[in-house]
Amino acid sequence: MDLSLTSFIPEHSLLLMAAVLATLIISQLIYYWLSLRHQDRDYTELQQRISSWWWMIAIVFVVLLLPLSYTIFFIGFLSFMALKEFLSIVPTRMTDRRVIFWAYLSIPIQYYWMSMGWYGMFIIFIPVYIFLFLPMVLVIIGETKGFIRSAGIIHWGMMLTVFCLSHAGYLLLLPVKNEQAGAIGLVLFLLVMTQFNDVCQYVSGKLFGRRKIVPRVSPNKTWAGFIGGIITVTAISAWLAPWLTPLDWQQGLVAGLIISVGGFIGDLVISAVKRDLQIKDTGHLIPGHGGILDRIDSLMFTSPLFFHYLYYLHY
Amino acid sequence: MDRILKMLFVLLIAKPLVNIALGINLRRLEKLPRQGPCILAANHNSHLDVLVLLSLFPISSVHRVRPVAAADYFLSNRLLAWFSLHVLGIIPLQRTPDRKNLDSLFGQCAESLDHGEILIIFPEGSRGKPEVMGTIKKGIYRLVKDRQDCAVMPVMMRGLGRSLPRGTARLVPFNCDVVIGQSIREFSDPAAFVTRLQADFDELSSYCLTSTLTDEG
Repeated sequence: MDLSLTSFIPEHSLLLMAAVLATLIISQLIYYWLSLRHQDRDYTELQQRISSWWWMIAIVFVVLLLPLSYTIFFIGFLSFMALKEFLSIVPTRMTDRRVIFWAYLSIPIQYYWMSMGWYGMFIIFIPVYIFLFLPMVLVIIGETKGFIRSAGIIHWGMMLTVFCLSHAGYLLLLPVKNEQAGAIGLVLFLLVMTQFNDVCQYVSGKLFGRRKIVPRVSPNKTWAGFIGGIITVTAISAWLAPWLTPLDWQQGLVAGLIISVGGFIGDLVISAVKRDLQIKDTGHLIPGHGGILDRIDSLMFTSPLFFHYLYYLHY
Repeated sequence: MDRILKMLFVLLIAKPLVNIALGINLRRLEKLPRQGPCILAANHNSHLDVLVLLSLFPISSVHRVRPVAAADYFLSNRLLAWFSLHVLGIIPLQRTPDRKNLDSLFGQCAESLDHGEILIIFPEGSRGKPEVMGTIKKGIYRLVKDRQDCAVMPVMMRGLGRSLPRGTARLVPFNCDVVIGQSIREFSDPAAFVTRLQADFDELSSYCLTSTLTDEG
């Protein structure tokens, strides 16, 4: 491995990044092979998905290698886009514009506490202060028709897209305990495991899936997919965790279980939201994938779950 | 000079505002014409409508896109008039025409179509209540009935009336939908044209993802 690269990126994280890029190259080659072999079939969506993956992974890698404040800014921006997407698809009232304005403003504040490394404030700001502040603004506006629903919807969105997602960023502020993986090792581990879980559930569902697990929420999810995902991700997590995080292999096993189950539930929760609103995607930002929420649905659940598991054991 | 101002405005203000602060769910962008003569008939909810429509075009062809806008509003003070005429490149329209001179009313629009430009017309006439569709007026029909070369393209937008409704300067970001329809080429009579356009808007709105408001309409 190039010496200048390892002085810049900790060795284990660099290897994981290389592995991710290798996987991407292989899937690109499989796509070429498929489209040459079956020229009569339409692989536009597969191609869109793969090229979107190239973009997303390139952006994430570049952002992770930038100085910390830029990385935090980027995750904050991701929160903003996710919250905006959420508030655009759910029903709100014209008078809620003012509350929503304040909700957006709380994003930079939340990420500012994070950049200071002020854990106590980071962890209570949205669940306590914003939770109490937004209903106050609603009361000042004074429109009571639809009050409960607006208060509920807006804060629920804040919790998912800002509070939960910001945990992924706080991993970068934890003191480094695995020198060979560095601060980015934790985030890489979380991101790779979460996305890998999505893929594993999809693949094992396609291969072995028969009995539907929650047909009323998502007709595509099967027991085989769910269990196949858990087994693969738990095994790989036990192997990767000691390498990228302070966890040993037994703790890594449990981390894999948490990420797999959490990711599954996150995916279903956003599916239920879409089903309630009778839409198929939450947006059209990412070709072949849908909106931001479609992509980070599982991450919103795995981030706080993995963070607090790790925090309890090692910090 | 005006062309450069407009390109800079779209590149540095409209595009970043629309794509970063707001965000659009775009459907059938490939149907959007790059060359006129053509009329984009869009529903109207917000001042942002024009910025969103301009931002859909590549910088190299924005100078061909001309919003048709009410003279009584956009030429009402000197600063706004300068901005509207020189940066946005609007074609001012008298909203309260004198019935005898209907032809001269659209003179500048027809001239612009002759030059192969793309007109943006809001057939509802004004922004109205946020996110509520007003009645479609027949102006577009009068403009295109005698032309063989000009297609009318319905464009449905939703969500901008929430971001910046009439009567406020506080912009609150939301995603918006932009759905481009099939072009209309037959113009037999005004009532049929209006019905067709209305039906197209209704059909296009089924592709919208963003929510409608719960307390209006």
